[in-house]
Amino acid sequence: MDFTDAEKKEIAYLRTRYPEARSLTLPLMWMIQKREGFVSDEAVDLIAAELDIPKIWVEEVRSWYSMFTEKKEGKYVLEVCSNISCAMLGSQDVIDHICKTLKIKIGETTPDGMFTLKTVECLGSCGTGPMMQVGDRYYELLDEKKVDQILEDLRNGKEHEQKPQEWPEYK
Amino acid sequence: MSHKKILLNFERNGTSHTLESYLKRGGYQTIAEKIPALSPAEVLEEVKKSAIRGRGGAGFPAGIKWSFLPKDNDKPVYLICNGDEGEPGTFKDRVILEENPHMLIEGMILASYAIRAKHAYIYIRGEYGFALERVKAAVKEAYETGYLGKPLKGTDFVCEITVHKGAGAYVVGDETGLMNSIEGKKGQTRNKPPFPAIEGLYKCPTIINNVETLASVPWIIANGGDAYHKIGTEKSSGTKLLSVSGHVRKPGVYEVELGYSFMDFLNNEAGGIIDGKKLKAVIPGGSSTPVLKPEDIKDMTIDYESITAAGSSLGSGAVIVIAEGTCMVKLLEILTHFYQHESCGQCTPCREGTGWLHRIVRRIEEGNGKMEDLDLLTSITKHIAFHTICPLGDAACGPVDSFVKKFRKEFEEHIKQGGCPYSGKFVRFQEKV
Ligand code: SF4
Ligand code: FES
Repeated sequence: MDFTDAEKKEIAYLRTRYPEARSLTLPLMWMIQKREGFVSDEAVDLIAAELDIPKIWVEEVRSWYSMFTEKKEGKYVLEVCSNISCAMLGSQDVIDHICKTLKIKIGETTPDGMFTLKTVECLGSCGTGPMMQVGDRYYELLDEKKVDQILEDLRNGKEHEQKPQEWPEYK
Repeated sequence: MSHKKILLNFERNGTSHTLESYLKRGGYQTIAEKIPALSPAEVLEEVKKSAIRGRGGAGFPAGIKWSFLPKDNDKPVYLICNGDEGEPGTFKDRVILEENPHMLIEGMILASYAIRAKHAYIYIRGEYGFALERVKAAVKEAYETGYLGKPLKGTDFVCEITVHKGAGAYVVGDETGLMNSIEGKKGQTRNKPPFPAIEGLYKCPTIINNVETLASVPWIIANGGDAYHKIGTEKSSGTKLLSVSGHVRKPGVYEVELGYSFMDFLNNEAGGIIDGKKLKAVIPGGSSTPVLKPEDIKDMTIDYESITAAGSSLGSGAVIVIAEGTCMVKLLEILTHFYQHESCGQCTPCREGTGWLHRIVRRIEEGNGKMEDLDLLTSITKHIAFHTICPLGDAACGPVDSFVKKFRKEFEEHIKQGGCPYSGKFVRFQEKV
């Protein structure tokens, strides 16, 4: 495993932005996760070698932050917020609906490797809950119908275009 | 009441984030016109005069914080913008990051100049993918135009900004955790002292401010600290962004002048409670601030002092509105779960205590609670709060103490009935107008 030429160029630039190489741990981990979908043991070795730091330093970053994953997951990871405001607007119904539709439980991946379902803590979209994150996109104001459409779109490789929030008005 | 708009003084038409749009509404004028005539000390003085208090949650006056930097110091100084908005209920910085990023950059240039920072970092939570894209694009534009990376007009000062992406951890919102994260470590918090102003990022003097605080600086420099101090109240100057969520008709982010009546805000701006329901409770400043009942907020105004007097705190300005029919035990179960999940594990009272709190609340919610549990909860919080390295321990206790105190009957009902009177459900209000 190695960095691509474009990534190497980016790394050279990043080195000029921080006084200590260790600061590149998170940026490089993101780089790999973006490309591979997860950060393997081999990737940990690669980052440690690139930055010339002990592997354990890289390993602890991978395991400590909740957004880095160690193993391959579904092509799309559905991360539904279960925190207070989303819950008050029905996130549990959304989670139940996804479980029923995809026939998986929280934490599981569909047999075809397409979807993994997770619950997450507040993602800063509380005014447009219930919401979920898929990759770096936010899907907001969810209900069962909307979820069905999103799953269908994702199956066809169609992610939505992210826009600034638009807040609803209720009765 | 009409509210002065400082941070949201633009039309939300989808282009407000661009340099072109920002320049059209008078952006970067302080860099072009004020900086050549102002010394760093004068910039700092204006911010002090404004009396603006940090908008991240703690509410410490920003100018005073800046003046804690050591006077004779030969180490580089760093500025960090804290964009790790992780407090449940809070989404107000997102609006600036996504729709007004140049105002933040301009504020960071002014702050960097005032404290003579060698390099400034914008730390954005990893989940904010779109905000990150927009801020990165804005920083690029600012470099291309020469606001960044080149000496500011009339000075020899060069401002550098780097955007740093977080990776999911609430505790990184604490200044010391955030610094560890930029240094490439686990985002665990550090003991204070030393305070960041003396020994922060890379062991150098460091100032950390919230997004909203830094974005307010251009207005302060353009109009003067005194003019800013005239807005709001004597002790809580300026405007504040509020993010409103829960059972309100019009959730969203609003900018209000501090000192505004809370009930007016709730009924006018936020449109009141949905579906004609009655208000049951309000969490006024994000999940860590104590919950209030309708009678507590009747005469409350939105400012640091009044909300403290009502028994809670303005915090990050995240108003969570709860309508009748909602199970408070279930809500507390969600919140205690959150703090257990986010405890970084360094201090025993927090690591063990948050889990213990959650297990007790969960068993009450599930119908297996005992009456002694209620006193047990409040006795546990006494051993967590103020016995830990960082404020997360205290943050976990605020909701527990206040929920149990204010809604004790509901907890007792759960225990007596052996289950939830609301069957653990929320009334789901979803119909749009
Ligand atoms: S209070 Fe909790 S989150 Fe803060 S340092 Fe201690 S264990 Fe970590
Ligand atoms: S509570 Fe769900 S995004 Fe904040």
